[in-house]
Amino acid sequence: MELTPEDWSAVRLTLELSTLVTVLLLIIGTPIAWWLARTRSRLRGVIGAVVSLPIVLPPTVLGFYLLVLMGPQGAVGRFTEALGLGRLPFTFTGLVVASIIYSLPFVVQPIQNAFMAMGDRPLEVAATLRASPLATFFTVTLPLARPGFITAAILGFAHTVGEFGVVLMIGGNIPDKTRVISMQIYNHVEAMEYGQAHGLAAGLLAFSFIVLLGLYAVGGRNALGGSR
Amino acid sequence: MSDAGIQLQCRLPLADFVLKADLQLPGRGVTALFGPSGSGKTSLLRCVAGLARPAGRVEINGECWQDDGRGVFLPTHRRPLGYVFQEASLFAHLSVRANLEFGMKRIAAAERKVGWDAAVELLGIGHLLDRGTAALSGGERQRVAIARALLTSPQLLLMDEPLAALDSRRKQEILPYLERLHDELATPILYVSHSPDEVARLADHMVLLEQGKVVACGPTAELLARLDLPLALDEDAAVLVDTQVVGHDEDYQLTRLGFPGGVIKVTRKALDVGKRARLKIQARDVSIALTGECRSSIVNRLPARVVGFGDAAHPAQCLVRLDAGGTPLLARITRLSKEQLELREGLPVVAQIKSVALLA
Repeated sequence: MELTPEDWSAVRLTLELSTLVTVLLLIIGTPIAWWLARTRSRLRGVIGAVVSLPIVLPPTVLGFYLLVLMGPQGAVGRFTEALGLGRLPFTFTGLVVASIIYSLPFVVQPIQNAFMAMGDRPLEVAATLRASPLATFFTVTLPLARPGFITAAILGFAHTVGEFGVVLMIGGNIPDKTRVISMQIYNHVEAMEYGQAHGLAAGLLAFSFIVLLGLYAVGGRNALGGSR
Repeated sequence: MSDAGIQLQCRLPLADFVLKADLQLPGRGVTALFGPSGSGKTSLLRCVAGLARPAGRVEINGECWQDDGRGVFLPTHRRPLGYVFQEASLFAHLSVRANLEFGMKRIAAAERKVGWDAAVELLGIGHLLDRGTAALSGGERQRVAIARALLTSPQLLLMDEPLAALDSRRKQEILPYLERLHDELATPILYVSHSPDEVARLADHMVLLEQGKVVACGPTAELLARLDLPLALDEDAAVLVDTQVVGHDEDYQLTRLGFPGGVIKVTRKALDVGKRARLKIQARDVSIALTGECRSSIVNRLPARVVGFGDAAHPAQCLVRLDAGGTPLLARITRLSKEQLELREGLPVVAQIKSVALLA
């Protein structure tokens, strides 16, 4: 049941992917969450639905369309080739892009909920105390929405660690490049190496449990008023 | 420049009506925006703060904050104002000290007219500085919020029913601090309230709002004594009388307060002779007699003249406006008494005052 070097490579790749995706998601997701929480635009419903699509869509459907879009005939594929970046499918970069789209709702929604729960009042108070909108964002909004950001980061990370369908469609199964833990488990099972599969699967199970435990701890503190 | 006062011209459509105001208010003292719930008081305050965007013009002691004619609209964070919200909106992620510093550190040291020690002392919050905000009582929170607003050295202090969310004990705890603000600061205050009692205690000037329109505007004492305003229909309808301590009666432990209409005796107060004292006399505590000779236990009996009649809340009663040496008094009596005494305008009577409240 010892992990092989290939297994460790998959673990390392998974952690790299999930960390990078989580960081990028927090950067991309925050303005989207802000806009969704505060806009009165009629587009709010449409954008909100698009962002949430990956929650209900089978990962294979999402992966399929991404594969088509990023392929040589796809709009994104032509664009990346024109930029000299080559094609994204079956590369680590392609996996990052796909994972961002796939995990986006799990990051946007907790942040959006935190912004909405906060309401306008703290922002108005900050304005009457001479804080510019930018200063208000960093000194009031971010600290007050902190539990939302923690939840978002944990969910985004965990969801990326656990993805399989999208990786299968867009990344394939290339060692050291796109072969993540879920892929490696699949390989072991295919090869009837149940012992090896157990090693990785049990690790993921423990990881998921700890993540959820942490999440409920954050949620519990939040429910107690969110103040220190 | 600094005597230009507060000029407000606002037009803002709200859910049920259009808020319209064209006001010229004094640039010092406390001006109350008074009216029933949902009359547009808070919206008007938000217009002044720039939290709502009306059509119009806002000018504070010569400084223009909004002028649609010239395309000027300063965002809230660039207006030198302090705002105290109805519920104390302290930042939950900051300590009391950090809350107080939040606004203060954003203004240049040279512009800090209200010092840290002065604000902390004025509101009595020195012992709270290193606490978190969650542990504070409602009254303490509101005092911190007021101090936080003061520490930005505002040119105008806006207060939106700062006592409304508090029970009456907490109210009594904060009112003295508000009175000190009024007495010790030169900063003009716009104070939203629907409590006649608060207005009587704090405001020099008042604006009466109803359904988004300004019904009346003027000195508080003058407006409270008017029979044609909804104030007169209030259960607690009252007038204000500004008096001066003229002496003490040590034998009977009474203090004599003089005003142009005569002398009012109250239980002995620790006030020096010559000190000014504002009295509130409720209409329900004033009765009318035709002669001053009838024997009665009521100490304060002032010669007055009937100048007008108005409706009271209950159809059995009416309000009589009296003139005592130029000072208006209101008496709420039954219409039956009015008939029996044959009261009419110009009739000399004796106003019997059962009780008075010393405000400040």
